Amino acid sequence: MNAKLFAYAPAPESRAVVDIAPSYGLFVDGEFREAAAGKVFKTLSPASEEVLSEVAYGEQEDIDAAVRAARAAFGPWSALPGAERAKYLFRIARIIQERSRELAVLETLDNGKPIRETRDADLPLVAAHFFYYAGWADKLSYAGCGPDPRPLGVAAQVIPWNFPLLMLAWKVAPALATGNTVVLKPAETTPLSALFFADICRQAGLPKGVVNIVPGDGATGAALVGHPDVNKVAFTGSTAVGKQIARTVAGTRKRLTLELGGKGANIVFEDAPLDQAVEGIVGGIFFNQGQVCCAGSRLLVQESVQEEVLDALKRRLSTLRVGDPLDKNTDVGAINSAEQLARITELAEAGEAEGAQRWSPPCELPGEGYWFAPTVFTGVSQAHRIAREEIFGPVLSVLTFRTPDEAVAKANNTPYGLSAGIWTEKGSRILKLANQLRAGVVWANTFNKFDPTSPFGGYKESGYGREGGRHGLEAYLEHA
Amino acid sequence: MSTPEARTSSTSGSVARGARLSVLKTYKLYVGGKFPRSESGRVYEVTDAKGQWLANAPLASRKDARDAVVAARKAFGGWSGATAYNRGQILYRIAEMLEGRREQFAAEVAAAEGLSKAKAQAQTDAAIDRWVWYAGWSDKVAQVVGGGNPVAGPFFNLSTPEPTGVVAVLAPQSASLLGLVSVLAPVIVTGNTAVVVASRTAPLPALSLAEVLATSDLPGGVVNVLSGDTVEIARPLAAHQDVNAIDLAGADAESAAELEGAAAENLKRVLRPGGDDWSAEPGLGRMTAFLETKTVWHPIGA
Repeated sequence: MNAKLFAYAPAPESRAVVDIAPSYGLFVDGEFREAAAGKVFKTLSPASEEVLSEVAYGEQEDIDAAVRAARAAFGPWSALPGAERAKYLFRIARIIQERSRELAVLETLDNGKPIRETRDADLPLVAAHFFYYAGWADKLSYAGCGPDPRPLGVAAQVIPWNFPLLMLAWKVAPALATGNTVVLKPAETTPLSALFFADICRQAGLPKGVVNIVPGDGATGAALVGHPDVNKVAFTGSTAVGKQIARTVAGTRKRLTLELGGKGANIVFEDAPLDQAVEGIVGGIFFNQGQVCCAGSRLLVQESVQEEVLDALKRRLSTLRVGDPLDKNTDVGAINSAEQLARITELAEAGEAEGAQRWSPPCELPGEGYWFAPTVFTGVSQAHRIAREEIFGPVLSVLTFRTPDEAVAKANNTPYGLSAGIWTEKGSRILKLANQLRAGVVWANTFNKFDPTSPFGGYKESGYGREGGRHGLEAYLEHA
Repeated sequence: MSTPEARTSSTSGSVARGARLSVLKTYKLYVGGKFPRSESGRVYEVTDAKGQWLANAPLASRKDARDAVVAARKAFGGWSGATAYNRGQILYRIAEMLEGRREQFAAEVAAAEGLSKAKAQAQTDAAIDRWVWYAGWSDKVAQVVGGGNPVAGPFFNLSTPEPTGVVAVLAPQSASLLGLVSVLAPVIVTGNTAVVVASRTAPLPALSLAEVLATSDLPGGVVNVLSGDTVEIARPLAAHQDVNAIDLAGADAESAAELEGAAAENLKRVLRPGGDDWSAEPGLGRMTAFLETKTVWHPIGA
């Protein structure tokens, strides 16, 4: 077959829809301002290494100012009738829908993920999340936290780079609905969508100081988390940093929720609908370049169908389109940063060195930017680093099993406990495994599905607390 | 039955001619359904509120704590896998057994806390009633804190609570029975297993409660009771990689901060001390602190 005959023409989404300023300040007390020390950092497009903008770098003094602004805003904001807070959040949801294409292109530029995902997954979920929690703001007495649940105060929120605006929505929407005010630190490599969100707050007429955004790096985040006048810390990111935050918060009165790493098992039984399972395996590990805490990064396939599944998987991977994230036909985009690419590369090399067999489909990677071809390791043992450590990249480790008990034992053999997948046509087996898997989200005959009504969060070292649904409110309310 | 008065007289050396010398009880730990002494061979003197000797209680060691964790982990699969109805009946059975030994516990509480007979009786009755209250929650809490989620797509989506795992429980230093029951019952009713560190100065009601638990169809290892120096035992529990959560009710502010820091090492769920009124209706908080929410998705389609 002549591959060229069926090659796609480039179909790039227009960049004209988004206007990125050459520089951005911190968003504190309702206005953009320079960092106190005047420091800035550059944010790049990981697909091209082009500098997109220069962003103010927040330090202790800036954190102090942001927390002061959030504290000052807390009294009036929490005293507003819930129905009024709700209307602000509905406004925000609507403006996000209106500006959805702009934000999708922006997110793709700053993060490197395909426009298909920002357009069809990230942005619709962001708007839905605000819409969902907006409706809770005047119904909190029905949330199961007592007849008159009270907000906590100032929430310090630190979010990752893999779903920048979606993670902002998961943090900000429930915090505001419950009457808290927010200081949010976006990730160092993806600050732009949070700063655009600041503009959305302005358009929505949100009172000043209710949302404050201080870009920076780990030191900025540590200053925020350690600030004595914050009442609540919410963090999404690595387990190592999560433990550090838990130690920082120990002995204080600060409430803490953590959404951390994972090493999700995707379990495929011989009676599974294999074509669907293969799609689920691909979506489970190559969605967002595998930079997903709940990725199905360990494939556990029943021995009897191992060859069949792997052949189909390899055929399917050969059709994945890797390249320009703004191209509407792209399936796999760029890795978010040089640092992350180095980590993925190092772990993949460790996989080879420890004796697993490495395979990637033939694909041409762009010359500039940060890229990693979709990769499958077979012959992986439970002792291999690629079976134990979170790679956070497009790398699938394949293990096998014979019996359901063995599948469960292997799936649970990890300090993480965020997600798991089960593929079988046998209903009773789904329900039994769903009970036995120690993971916060279990996807049966599907994978990587999200919804604002559906609580998300981990067991064990994947963190604690839930985001989404009624459960997501508990993290921001005094316990009755 | 040995009342505190009898104990005091038996140690005074002035037993009247013809009076019966009471039989003293050797208080022991409760680990894996058995009653061992501390592996360390250590004991410490337990006195009543007036300083009179009551008993030598085991001074549990780090090794005892580790053994208790092993027993609690071993019991977790069976207990968390039992039906909620079954767990509820067993908690109710604990109340029945305690009711039958009400006088003994009232006497022990009176001695331990220096309470009047009436007040000690009231504490004991409240503790019995608390077991009954929590027994009823076993097959209801999932309906209250879980449920179906109306996701925007063709998916069945259900969130259910599950027990966190092995929970270390530092029992309150005061309220030696009611406080203990108030922190223990919510941990185990949902299917967790527990390693309990009894009140340091008033451990005897806890050690006697173990005898009740052992005769209530509660599987061995579901509750393990240690007595001794709270912080000494709590440190290895807070740092233990196979403990999933810790209730710091019995820790003072300073040691609570230290233990919470150690608990961060494997991200234990931590319930901080403070603000507990054991006479009030407990609410859901002590149960939900040691529950995980699991959400299961499945496509809907023909």
